Amino acid sequence: MNRLILSTAVLALTAGAAMAQDVVRMGTEGAYPPYNFINDSGNPDGFEIELGNELCKRAELTCEWVTNDWDSIIPNLTSGNYDTIMAGMSITDEREEVIDFTQNYYPPTASVYVALDDDADLTGVVAAQVNTIQAGYVAESGATLLEFATGDETIAAVRNGEADAVFADLDFLAPFAAEEADLSIVGEPVPLGGGIGMGLRESDTEMKAKFDAIITEMKADGTLNTMLKKWFGDETQTYE
Amino acid sequence: MFSYCTEPSQLESLRWFSCFLTNGVHLKFYTSFGTVLLLLAITAPVALSFGFIGAVASRSHFPPLSFLGKLYTAMVRGIPDIAFFLFFVIALDQGLEWLRHQALCPDWTDPIRQGANFLVCPEAKLPQSSSPQIWHEIYNSAIAIFTFSIVFGAFASNVLFGAMKAVPYAQIETAHAYGMSNRQTFWRILVPQMWVYALPGLSNLWMILIKATPLLFLLGVEDIVYWAREIGGSKTSAYTYPHPDWRIYYFLGLLVFYLVFTRVSEIALSRLTRKLSHGQATLAGEQQRREA
Repeated sequence: MNRLILSTAVLALTAGAAMAQDVVRMGTEGAYPPYNFINDSGNPDGFEIELGNELCKRAELTCEWVTNDWDSIIPNLTSGNYDTIMAGMSITDEREEVIDFTQNYYPPTASVYVALDDDADLTGVVAAQVNTIQAGYVAESGATLLEFATGDETIAAVRNGEADAVFADLDFLAPFAAEEADLSIVGEPVPLGGGIGMGLRESDTEMKAKFDAIITEMKADGTLNTMLKKWFGDETQTYE
Repeated sequence: MFSYCTEPSQLESLRWFSCFLTNGVHLKFYTSFGTVLLLLAITAPVALSFGFIGAVASRSHFPPLSFLGKLYTAMVRGIPDIAFFLFFVIALDQGLEWLRHQALCPDWTDPIRQGANFLVCPEAKLPQSSSPQIWHEIYNSAIAIFTFSIVFGAFASNVLFGAMKAVPYAQIETAHAYGMSNRQTFWRILVPQMWVYALPGLSNLWMILIKATPLLFLLGVEDIVYWAREIGGSKTSAYTYPHPDWRIYYFLGLLVFYLVFTRVSEIALSRLTRKLSHGQATLAGEQQRREA
């Protein structure tokens, strides 16, 4: 044990000396396609991974992706296990109290219900991923909230009849509704949250300013819109 | 993997599966079986030595030492494994970082605990945030292995303590009568003979240890349960190999793996029991003597 820690420390020191640039550890969930997921080669992939890599390239930083369970993703950021969160995380007032966000890199879009049949009871049992704005919305809507650790499990819950419907981001659910014969979008879309931004520790103001400036730049030169269309289709909302 | 895997959507099912089952995530899945075996290979001897130390401490004639030994067994045996795991992994991590913080950053003035956060100076972080991902994974696994060893060491300690008592007292008396010291009696008479009494308990522990390995998943180590859930979940066309929810097949595979593994262990352990019973003053030893 001691030897292991010692060699870790030694390696960390030498690695630190070898790399002139700082390594920024980018935290993500890796289970929310097409925002972020582990692809079939076993590597992180998705809209946020491509965007994050581009942000790092423009900021001249070395970045490394780290996956972490969704429900402990904020505590692990504040305790310093990684430096940023890019995990489809909507900017909300509650989260702003604990961490900081850059400006949004994904415009505020609607959340939708997906169910097995069109007249599903949206005030019955509704599945949502734990600690999401959608879970908060379901709890207040009067429906019975059924929470799951991953988005994938919320869809499985609808399939096996445990829940009447699942409520999540449109772009997460849309591929399932389009490709699976039994699932379809029901009810009206609900606008929620202030868009998705990159989460950072409140003390990292310098890094936040840096990424904010690059996101502005990418919005202006159209590269962000190109990425949005690539991952979410031509119909998706883009920046003016 | 294979040359024809470039366009999976065009393949017929047999070839599709041959590509699917050899893609990057599956290779990681297969490697994670190695992770589990490695965990067992390290945990078992470490836990056994913790258990041995615990048992010797419990038998000690020096009261504080025997109190410590008994406290260790009682504490771990009385606390649910999962609660102990979740608590101990965080406590160990924060404890190490706190010690390093005191040593490396004496001038640091900010409080370490700020609300829900545990913030030590960057030099005290374990592992360093600039170190490669592999070290973060090794560190996490090492903490998990250490925790496993402490928990299973306590059970082993109880088993060995009982086994040491089960060695016939006449053997010890005879050793003393031959003029052996306490130390000699312990190492030459007691320890060689106690294993046969300890083996049923220890083999039971080994089975429980095998079955406890999915707890790794709970500690954030990417083990076989993690990958089974990750790969088995339904995949849309964002992935190269879209498929519906196949988790049931992956978990079924895990059941078979564990069943085969425990069965093989059972066979190996029963052979070991037979070997250790040879020449012992036990029922099994006596039977072997008569058959011979």
